[in-house]
Amino acid sequence: MSDQNIALTVKNLKVHFGGKKNIFGRKSNTVHAVDGVSFEVPAGTTFGIVGESGSGKSTTALAIMRLVHITHGEVTLRDTALSALEGETLRDARSRFQIVFQDPYSSLNPRKRAGALVREPLDLMNIGTPQEREAKVAELFRQVGLRPEQRVLFPHQFSGGQRQRLGLARALSTRPELIVCDEPVSALDVAIQAQILNLMGDLQKKLGLTYLFISHDLGVVQHICDTVAVMYLGQIVELADRVSLFTNPRHPYTRALLGAVPSVYGKKRDRRNRVRLQGDPPSPINLPKGCRFASRCPVAEQQCKEAPPMLETHSDGHKVACFLSGHELSQ
Amino acid sequence: MSDPLLAVSDLVVDFQTRAGNARVLDHITLSVNEGEILGIVGESGCGKSMTALSIMGLIPDPPGKITSGSIKLSGQELVGMGVDDLCKIRGKDIGMIFQEPMTSLNPVFTVGEQIAESVRLHEGVSAKAAQARAVDMLEAVEIPEAAARANAYPYQLSGGMRQRVMIAMALACRPRVLIADEPTTALDTTVQAQIFDLLQNLQDEMGTAIIMITHDMGAIAELADNVAVMYAGSIVEMGKVDNVLSHPDHTYTKGLIACVPHLSSSPGPVRERLMEIEGVVPALTDLGKGCAFAPRCNAVLPRCSSDKPVLLATQENHLAACWAAEAEMAE
Amino acid sequence: MSEINTQIKDVTNIQATSSLREMTTMFFRNYAAVAGLILLITILLFVFAGPWLHTTDPFEMVWAPFTMPMQEGFILGTDYLGRDILSAMMAGGQVSLAIGLAAALVSVTIGVSVGAFAGYYGGLVEELLMRFTEFFQVLPTLLFSMVIVALFGASLLTVTLAIGVVSWTAVARVTRSEFLRIREMEYVAAARSGSARDLYLIFKVILPNALPPIVVQANLMVGSAILFEAALSFLGLSDPNVMSWGQVIGSNRPYILDAGFAVAIPGFAIFLTVLAISLVGDGLNDALNPKLRQR
Repeated sequence: MSDQNIALTVKNLKVHFGGKKNIFGRKSNTVHAVDGVSFEVPAGTTFGIVGESGSGKSTTALAIMRLVHITHGEVTLRDTALSALEGETLRDARSRFQIVFQDPYSSLNPRKRAGALVREPLDLMNIGTPQEREAKVAELFRQVGLRPEQRVLFPHQFSGGQRQRLGLARALSTRPELIVCDEPVSALDVAIQAQILNLMGDLQKKLGLTYLFISHDLGVVQHICDTVAVMYLGQIVELADRVSLFTNPRHPYTRALLGAVPSVYGKKRDRRNRVRLQGDPPSPINLPKGCRFASRCPVAEQQCKEAPPMLETHSDGHKVACFLSGHELSQ
Repeated sequence: MSDPLLAVSDLVVDFQTRAGNARVLDHITLSVNEGEILGIVGESGCGKSMTALSIMGLIPDPPGKITSGSIKLSGQELVGMGVDDLCKIRGKDIGMIFQEPMTSLNPVFTVGEQIAESVRLHEGVSAKAAQARAVDMLEAVEIPEAAARANAYPYQLSGGMRQRVMIAMALACRPRVLIADEPTTALDTTVQAQIFDLLQNLQDEMGTAIIMITHDMGAIAELADNVAVMYAGSIVEMGKVDNVLSHPDHTYTKGLIACVPHLSSSPGPVRERLMEIEGVVPALTDLGKGCAFAPRCNAVLPRCSSDKPVLLATQENHLAACWAAEAEMAE
Repeated sequence: MSEINTQIKDVTNIQATSSLREMTTMFFRNYAAVAGLILLITILLFVFAGPWLHTTDPFEMVWAPFTMPMQEGFILGTDYLGRDILSAMMAGGQVSLAIGLAAALVSVTIGVSVGAFAGYYGGLVEELLMRFTEFFQVLPTLLFSMVIVALFGASLLTVTLAIGVVSWTAVARVTRSEFLRIREMEYVAAARSGSARDLYLIFKVILPNALPPIVVQANLMVGSAILFEAALSFLGLSDPNVMSWGQVIGSNRPYILDAGFAVAIPGFAIFLTVLAISLVGDGLNDALNPKLRQR
């Protein structure tokens, strides 16, 4: 399935912040937020990126959306190189990729009515006549489970779940080929999360949407994603289809991450016999020259500290960036 | 059985709001023994944080007011106690940790000073002894290089470290009860696991009773002994954790467990429909006379809309406030 | 601390009222604002309609100097030249109000533009604009406006512009800091991914959300512009052929110990005007905020 119908291709994406000289010629520290990320998303599927804070998952999303500056690399939607677009051509292309944000409270302009917010991308891109836009907005409201009469309300008059529905309706308004979802359910109550996740699944089935789904919640990612990439300090450390990744995680970081999630089926005593990661990730300013995870890795060897492992593809298509996972596989 | 360490009985808390009287806690009865962890779960606005604040005597009055009921700490009544006496108990006998460690720490003092301050306030020891105790506490919460870190300011520490400092501060006077209000919500999963381990170890050593407030059923499963599920200001189900999670009786509890996509090492089909709890939490100002959950319940009986269910023993050590559960039991 | 859940309801009863009507309702529910509005209307009536009823020329010497108020038929007394203060208050009010509003408009226009572009673009643009702002900020404002008036002549227009040009820096700073905060909000990124242009983001998305502190600042500006004009006329740097409240204060100031009323009356008028404007401004601010508009 990998050779045809790829919606999104990301090649060696890098986003570095800082590192510029100020007027006095002093160079600020460079933060390697995203440091060489590559992946492909087949059309009509959901690609998940998981990681902890500082892993660069959200920056990757914003870079693909062209909302932060891309330092290096290529982002291609179908056959359009998004990373090469500038100015008006970029504006024109924006109808093809849209974003849903994490916080339904801060991602909707509080001074605009719900209908106007959903219509805004259509207005800005001059899609259809005003009557057609109004009709489209009413249809979108129905599609995401809101009532068209609610168009006249302001965002604060909606509950958290309803606001996230508005965010989805807005993202859907231009019929985009790709929707980037940056932690779309993490700010919602658990009971509401299920409503939004089901809605996203339904919409995908009906409209053939392609999602790039960013989350720190492994349960949610396992539920909704076809393919999953695990990020650590700006790089992908493991990438595989969901079944392979969750049944047979190969990177020690992925294992630790999976082990750290408390489970409803877990028992009090189970917790004690799990591998625990010590400490916090190193700073993205002074990166180690070897594997970035080595300082916290429970199985790190000397070679891990000397050179960084590459993301290698195993025979079953499972990709891992770890010197040691190959050995284990052959055993 | 002897008296529990902390016993809350029939606690009613009302808030005067512009929309009318809101009963934020409606006849709450719960207790926790030495060395026990009680988990309180529920969606936002269900009253779980209010329960914590009333135990701490921190209900803002006005608009809030403890209308009736009692809170007893080893037999001593806390409701109606003077502010000065309450201050002595707060921090010394009952400690509390909050969700956001950054905003709960004073940014202009070192963490060592802040811990020492609370020790000095409650125990009247010398400044030097208090400082030494602060370093001991930082060691107890497994902060590396504790003596050096005592001189650090909050902004110099990572989120996980700050939460450890908060725990150190709450435990500095060896309180008998520790209330943890969503202590790991702002933290990464791997750090959350470290904090849970730490709480468990400290409890084993000191025998502190812990009230753990969270929205994460997984955290309850792996950490707590008993659990109380709250909805719209009432406890709807309470009992031993293993039992409540494996055999929930209340529809709300069942929904809360089923609506979350749980991480599993043998994942089911992708985007399998999650169970939804329809609608939203009701406003506390217009709760009807029946069960507050009835409008969202999928097993509603005629009497649910007219009579408010009371907590009844449905299984051994297991209470539920649900007419449907009671009817099932009667059969 | 957790919020009390009283508002989050599944909204079922939707009334499509117009924004304008909601805003008016909200405004009139704020008693302080209504009081301010009544006061402001009274002042405007006094200043603009008053001269129709009370036709004495404010520059004409009509009686002995320093006649106390309510004596000899002079409701507010006479000044050091024996001119009718009531007439002076009416004529002077027209000028003071006009200068106050116009100067505030000038300073808000300059301040908002500079602050908005600095805050939105950041980097070199911000650096340059803020250095420019600081340059104006460190100039002694009164001295600078005196120089402008002295150079270009003392007319109403130059006085207005002089006041506007020296007082916009505070507005620029407030606007910039609001822009710095709001441009990081997700709804700005959302609008940008909806293909909004920079000018749309600045004026249609960020500015409406940045308004509250700017409105407050603009309110203060009207008051301080009236006072500024008073200071200039006190120094004899305002159009001598035009009466203003400041001029009444300035010209009677040497006699403050003998005839305090001649200074106190225009002073009180300035106080009332500034109060009325800030009450109305506050009410407008709340009415413009949809979050407060609901109930």
